Amino acid sequence: MATTRDTRLTPLAIVSYGAVALWLIIAAFPFFWTFWGSFKVQADFFSKADWTYAVYGVNTIRETGGSFTGQGYEGAWVQEEFWKNAINSTVVVFFTVTISLTFGTLGGYALARSGFRYAFWILFAALVFRAMPHITLVSGYLLPFFEWNIWGIKPTTIIVLVAINQPFTLWMLHSFFLNIPKDMDESAMVDGCTRFQAFRYVIIPVMWPGVITTGLFSFLLAYNDFAVTAMLLSEENETIIPAINSFLGSDQVEGSIMFAVAAVVSVTAPLLVLVLFFQRQIVSGLTAGAVKG
Amino acid sequence: MKHRTFFWFILPTLSAMVLFIALPIVSVFIQSLFIQHEQVIVVSESCGPFGCTPTTSVDTEATERLREEKPLGRFNGLATYGNRSHLAFAEVGEAWRSSDSLGGFVDAVMDLPFYKALIFTLSYTFVVTPLVIVLGLAIAVGVNKLPSLIKGPSIFVSLLPFLVTPLVGSLILFWMVDGDGIIGASLQLLFNDPSLSVKASTPLMWIMLMVYGVWHTLPFSFITFYAGLQTVPKDILEAAQIDGASKWQSMMLVVVPHLMPLVSFVTLMLLMDNFRVFEPIVSFNAQAHATSLSWFIYNDLREAGNPLYASAGATSMLTILGVVILLTPVLIRTWRDFNRKAH
Repeated sequence: MATTRDTRLTPLAIVSYGAVALWLIIAAFPFFWTFWGSFKVQADFFSKADWTYAVYGVNTIRETGGSFTGQGYEGAWVQEEFWKNAINSTVVVFFTVTISLTFGTLGGYALARSGFRYAFWILFAALVFRAMPHITLVSGYLLPFFEWNIWGIKPTTIIVLVAINQPFTLWMLHSFFLNIPKDMDESAMVDGCTRFQAFRYVIIPVMWPGVITTGLFSFLLAYNDFAVTAMLLSEENETIIPAINSFLGSDQVEGSIMFAVAAVVSVTAPLLVLVLFFQRQIVSGLTAGAVKG
Repeated sequence: MKHRTFFWFILPTLSAMVLFIALPIVSVFIQSLFIQHEQVIVVSESCGPFGCTPTTSVDTEATERLREEKPLGRFNGLATYGNRSHLAFAEVGEAWRSSDSLGGFVDAVMDLPFYKALIFTLSYTFVVTPLVIVLGLAIAVGVNKLPSLIKGPSIFVSLLPFLVTPLVGSLILFWMVDGDGIIGASLQLLFNDPSLSVKASTPLMWIMLMVYGVWHTLPFSFITFYAGLQTVPKDILEAAQIDGASKWQSMMLVVVPHLMPLVSFVTLMLLMDNFRVFEPIVSFNAQAHATSLSWFIYNDLREAGNPLYASAGATSMLTILGVVILLTPVLIRTWRDFNRKAH
């Protein structure tokens, strides 16, 4: 219950409310601004003369007749064929998430139920692997992949992303399975199930909350990745994030930067929806390792 | 669980990690010991009306064949680690002897690509990490006081900078601080200096990259601390209140100590993530002013048509060494904690 002491406006409280308000503006404004600006022409969004141009779209009205234009989106999705990259991303992300969750649940379950010392060492190694910068691993893949002729295709990238994802997935699912009482699967085994049957019929039906939370983070890792996908995929298999980078690299034709702006907004939109629906799971996932640890 | 069952359960994940994380580290090390083949040079005499002159030309075919046969290159030992692009012992020694002031020495070292990347990476890590922890805690305390109706939306908004793709998030900020963007143009107006540009100034670029780093990772520490605040025992807070502690005192003496385990968790995660800073440098096109170790490796691998595997390998090994040094204290603690729990 809020007492007067809690609700009284002390200077400290004012400072802290102010800090929160400031932070919320800093966090949200760039997204809002870029979203708004993506419907303008370059002369408005990058207007040296007057920043209000980007708000009212003075040049946009002059060039296109309306105060909003879909030119950037049309350029990115139709002209630059961003939809191909979107399909590539969908394939890569879908398989990465599915495979890493399959591997991760099996491994995480085993680690949670094994009391042996080597289980700890595997978790410890996973923590060290988690810290490896991805680009250092990529520099190890490149030469062998070229030699074996598997560079540039999607399956290679998928399995690499799965592997990079494993340390985190293992830790998360391990701590999640620790919270499922041992008695459940053990009583199934007393009744004559094998370990795998106990896992299949007793654990799988109750594990979905943890798997969904972990899956969200696997999704984010695969979707957001730049280092691996930029180095390991050929041009026709390029996913959305390296594609945005190539938009910037290509010759700076007037307006082509707006393609990148439109692509950036298009890439951010699914993430926004994701947070909207799964906010609770994301928050619990972020803190899972910490609060229990 | 029996050893046999454990083995079959752990096999897929373990083989993925060994094949694609452990072995690449070995492969990187091997690559770093070799260096590219020299081009095969053919000397031929070309005779014209004014006598014969020896000309040297590159035998592309033979070079190509040599590369095909031994893609690793020729053995070079640890020489790559010491060359000008990496630890540059000779150049650092030379700079130490020739420069008369510490500033001059630092300038000379900053011209060496590896040290330039290393110094930026370390500064970034050790500026962003503490800032994010302190600010994250402050905002968590602030949000915790908000009426519950606004809490949900403010957490939603806070999550965005953290979950957005790093490359995309840094582009969004970069476009705003660009000379023609809203913040960049306003700053030029404010300081009445039309040449003021992030792209043209090293200190400004460093500051912007770090501002991005704080913006991007702050939500993580904020959310973690916010969750931790929910577990602060109410009775201890009340006891402190009855004993006459001010709000500030109970914050510093009750809440912060309670959150200490979380602080070490957040520090570990932030150190790992900040040390691999990479995408913002690509987005900001910052390489003229700031490079990081990850960017340095990326750049070597990007060398069109002819990736510098040896150089990338050596930098990667040095980076991994850096990660291990950085994490040793935390790893030792994890290990001790586990042993304490086990017994």
